[in-house]
Amino acid sequence: MTRKKRRLYFVILGLLGLGVGTALVLTAFQDNIVFFRSPTDVAEGKINPTQRFRVGGLVEEGSVVKDGENVSFAVTDMTNTLHIKYVGLLPDLFREGQGIIAEGKIENDGTFVASEVLAKHDEKYMPREVADALKKSGRWQEGTGKDGAPVAQGVKPVSTAPTSE
Amino acid sequence: MHRFANPTQFMRIANAIFPWVAGLAVILFVIGLPIALVTSPPDYQQGETVRIMYIHVPSAWLALMVYGTMAGGSAAFLIWRHPIANLTAKAAAPMGAVFTGLALVTGMLWGQPMWGTFWVWDARLTSFLILFFLYLGYLALGDAFEDSERGDKAAAILCLVGSINIPIIHFSVTWWNTLHQPSIMKLGGDGVKSSVDGSILLPLFVMLGAFTMYFFAVLILRLRSELLAAKIRNARLSQAAVGDALGQAAE
Repeated sequence: MTRKKRRLYFVILGLLGLGVGTALVLTAFQDNIVFFRSPTDVAEGKINPTQRFRVGGLVEEGSVVKDGENVSFAVTDMTNTLHIKYVGLLPDLFREGQGIIAEGKIENDGTFVASEVLAKHDEKYMPREVADALKKSGRWQEGTGKDGAPVAQGVKPVSTAPTSE
Repeated sequence: MHRFANPTQFMRIANAIFPWVAGLAVILFVIGLPIALVTSPPDYQQGETVRIMYIHVPSAWLALMVYGTMAGGSAAFLIWRHPIANLTAKAAAPMGAVFTGLALVTGMLWGQPMWGTFWVWDARLTSFLILFFLYLGYLALGDAFEDSERGDKAAAILCLVGSINIPIIHFSVTWWNTLHQPSIMKLGGDGVKSSVDGSILLPLFVMLGAFTMYFFAVLILRLRSELLAAKIRNARLSQAAVGDALGQAAE
């Protein structure tokens, strides 16, 4: 075997080993790398209730109650719903049907008291006219991508409107 | 492969390509910038803020592509001792660092009005910040040794080890849930699909092309000056050697 070949195999084996090692580490830390949990995770008791965490989902239609800076709303993944209370300014994109992520803790009465609310932006980009046209033709799905892809992992919308295509 | 190892041959090819990539970069920027920044429609949710994407996405794309180029160059240098491959990696590195920084800064400027925060430690943002540190580490390590050959080797190894981060960045939004939105291009059973409307996708693609051509044009310029500098160094060294020999003969 020439030295060049030996170096080639060494680099390939090194990268393979590194790849496998990284994959194992990332799999082991799966739960820590995930940025937010779903209301279903909460309902199924997968989260330690004394612990602070982030929950993500769509703001349920008709659930937002604003009283000055006090806001309460519900976040849903279409399977389970979690009630959230928050005091403070909301991001501009916050509205019913929007994907959001809230950080906070579950209180004894079962509501989630958030200290921070972030809006999640989806990968849908279009001019207003196109969005209006889609809504008019009934092909619009709030909280899903253009082709019906869920906005967030763990958020599985139930399609009520006819899907596009 | 080894045809390109000869600097004269390599520069002949690079010089032939240069006017094309430089010209394309100019044309694409002249077409792309006005569409992207002025005439393309505002987004239905983001309004005018969407225009940040026309800088952010091409910068992020180049941050990854430049690193890929450097990883290829570093591998060719370590395995075949290919000097121009190493020179290419070294010439590309500062540009990659700048594009990574640009993607981070534009992302923060977009995140504040849209998400409500400049920064979060989600998988995409964190892995991208690591990419920025890898670039800085590569640049620092290459200069950290007295013996430049050893510095080059150490930097090349760091570059290869860091290349594991590239697929992590790309798939971070698929493997884990993140605040960052998923990819706008999806490869499905029925080909590549995009979740972006054509009127926004077109300027984005023009800008992607412009940035990429700009990178290749500047890379060739940087390589040319590096090779010329090496030529001058060698000429000086041989001149000095001739001078020494003459001096010794005279004595």
